Amino acid sequence: MKPFAYVRAGSLREAAAAYAQRPGSRYLGGGTNLVDLMKHGVETPGTLIDLTRLPLHEVEEQPAGGVSVGALVPNSDLAAHPLVRSRYPALSQALLAGASGQLRNVATTGGNLLQRTRCPYFQDVSKPCNKREPGTGCGAREGVHRDHAVLGHSEQCIATHPSDMAVALAALDAEIELYGGEEGTRRVAATEFHRLPGEEPERDTVIRPGEIITAVVLPPVPAGAVSLYRKARDRASYAFALASVAAVLELDAGRVRHVALAFGGLAHRPWRATIAEERLLGAEPSEAVVREAVGAELDRARPLRDNAFKVALAHRLACDVLGTLIRSAGGQPPLPRTP
Amino acid sequence: MPPAGTHPADAHHSRVALRVNGSDHVLDVDHRVTLLDALRERLDLTGSKKGCDHGQCGACTVLVDGRRVNSCLLLAVAQDGAEVTTVEGLADDDGSLHPLQEAFLEHDAFQCGYCTPGQLCSALGVLREAAAGHPSHVTEPAAAASTGPVVLTAEEVRERLSGNLCRCGAYNGIVDAVADVCARPAPPKSATASTAPRPDVIV
Repeated sequence: MKPFAYVRAGSLREAAAAYAQRPGSRYLGGGTNLVDLMKHGVETPGTLIDLTRLPLHEVEEQPAGGVSVGALVPNSDLAAHPLVRSRYPALSQALLAGASGQLRNVATTGGNLLQRTRCPYFQDVSKPCNKREPGTGCGAREGVHRDHAVLGHSEQCIATHPSDMAVALAALDAEIELYGGEEGTRRVAATEFHRLPGEEPERDTVIRPGEIITAVVLPPVPAGAVSLYRKARDRASYAFALASVAAVLELDAGRVRHVALAFGGLAHRPWRATIAEERLLGAEPSEAVVREAVGAELDRARPLRDNAFKVALAHRLACDVLGTLIRSAGGQPPLPRTP
Repeated sequence: MPPAGTHPADAHHSRVALRVNGSDHVLDVDHRVTLLDALRERLDLTGSKKGCDHGQCGACTVLVDGRRVNSCLLLAVAQDGAEVTTVEGLADDDGSLHPLQEAFLEHDAFQCGYCTPGQLCSALGVLREAAAGHPSHVTEPAAAASTGPVVLTAEEVRERLSGNLCRCGAYNGIVDAVADVCARPAPPKSATASTAPRPDVIV
């Protein structure tokens, strides 16, 4: 690890000012990913600006029925929070599907959004990687890419975003609140926060240099809506998603009144399945309708040599999740479980 | 003495105060030093083990402010003011073992034993999290919706301890030991020794 200076910020203003003085600094939250990347030599900040003493530790109900989550709320506390468990079960499930108990006790809401891909070529400084070092090429494209993207990837990068939480936030139409010092505060939709690699895979998100995530804001869920997160991985616990699905569904007289579907593990960002949603909205969700809608979304997939299985896996997973939600929302006829 | 978090001479070092197993310490640390290395190399508490050093094996698990964490991923400088419990702090001052330690012995919950300190600290965290009603990935939906204590079935113990790897494969004994302690009527005793603070300054 390279030597670095350490600054403990007492306020948001102080943190932003410290960054302005030392561009290229990194903000420290839980550090579960950042410190690891520093050990690997992937991250070599000159200064760490520790944000953990800032007052961003609260989960607060909003007047209109939404919930605001402070950026420093640990993943374990957020997953266990009564407001999250009762109103946004998909978020609680997504958090509990990620990492281990020890990591969830430390990892923060804001840091979870800013974690980097676990692509082995990104994490190994002896390998080429356009995300880590633009212009060096992508080792994964013709290399080991069973875990990599099938949707939205580019010639430059086929990495996936590792967060489970972010997938649930995308389906729940959450917003990310950002503090930009003198620029003030802005909000970005969770679906727009992470970006596809395109020509600039080194930019994971739309966050600007020096900006600080202060909160994640969850809007009220539609009355009668149900939500679910399900994750497929190589072992029963403590592994990243091969594919995952977060879905929110509300039925009205047997027809779909609200639906949100997002995939994890398939792309550079949580993949909001807008094509599938359009086909399901207003429809009577029979098994055939659901299969066709999810299939239309996944027709956009461009799998690589070793990861075409993810497309079929994501299809089964999404149909199964939507089927479960349709049944629990009282829809008829119930969908059979997919094999 | 300058306040913790600052160092008079060097931008790459800071002074940090830690309370470890009931005893106060002040250390000057290179910012790169992890909590694990501070415990092992500076305080001579070698119970916490360095396994993968990347948060993937759990051998370094300790409790910070009562919660289980991977000490290999925490920078010591950022833990200023923290209260840390390591495996050395589980037994009472008179040497009587923590119920979890007794149960590990009874159920032969180790082979080489390298992962055991982390397993013990993690298991203590699991007991507290379940008592506080924290659900897990395998918690039944009905139980996940309630905020009462979670019953730790074998499936719950396996899921909750999945961040602690045992390459010997002593998992069955570990699960039995933790489940045994959960099933006991008395709550687990506090991990923090009730001794008066013993200030130590190591600079």
